[in-house]
Amino acid sequence: MMSSQSCVTIQKEWDIVAARQLGREIAKKIGVGTVDQARIATAVSEIARNIYLYAKNGQVCFDVIDTIDQKGILIIAEDSGPGIEDISQVMEDGYSTSGGLGAGLPGVKRLMDEFDIKSEVDKGTVIKTIKWVRK
Amino acid sequence: MRIPILKLYNYLLISIQTEIDDQTAIQFQEDLLNEIHETGSQGVVIDLTSVEVIDSFIAKVLGDVVTMSDLMGAKVVLTGIQPAVAMTLIELGIHMQNVPTAIDLEQGLMKLHQELGE
Repeated sequence: MMSSQSCVTIQKEWDIVAARQLGREIAKKIGVGTVDQARIATAVSEIARNIYLYAKNGQVCFDVIDTIDQKGILIIAEDSGPGIEDISQVMEDGYSTSGGLGAGLPGVKRLMDEFDIKSEVDKGTVIKTIKWVRK
Repeated sequence: MRIPILKLYNYLLISIQTEIDDQTAIQFQEDLLNEIHETGSQGVVIDLTSVEVIDSFIAKVLGDVVTMSDLMGAKVVLTGIQPAVAMTLIELGIHMQNVPTAIDLEQGLMKLHQELGE
């Protein structure tokens, strides 16, 4: 199957909803179960909110991975915001700079199967995360 | 977009049926507190049966509205939280402790009835 990427630009609050709806829709289409659909939608919501709160501008893209032995949804969130100085710190449970808003990235990592974050100060952040379809 | 708040005897009933964005959630918080103030309702049921996603922000707004209503003297019960939503919230690390819940609207109303000693 050819993969075709679809993206949602995150600039306003409603874009967070649009991103999680699209994520859920794609997940459903490739056969992800109800609970995993909720996990994906929630993870997208958290990632998109981070972009909205910290970077103001960015995008969340979805791609379907379909190989011989596994199928899944790849989410790529990219922004050109301030970046993260200490990634290991933001990956600690309970770390937040927004006064308790957002469960943070450790929560997102738990909801997904694979999680990768790269960030450069003053350049931006890229998060790639995958949820596999359970057989 | 606004979430409708219904008055039933001494209670307020809310059924969230639409996808909620941050602004709608904040507006709802304000609307509910105003409605409690205006009607003098002592019990509130917020039914979440149709809600498919509760992220950290919406969870915070819901948790806050319970505490805020409590300050005003009204009890809030959240009902109908879906299995997928419950699992997702806990995995996300959100425990919503001290938030009264019930299986469905009916049980929610019964809970209020008992707590308010009517």
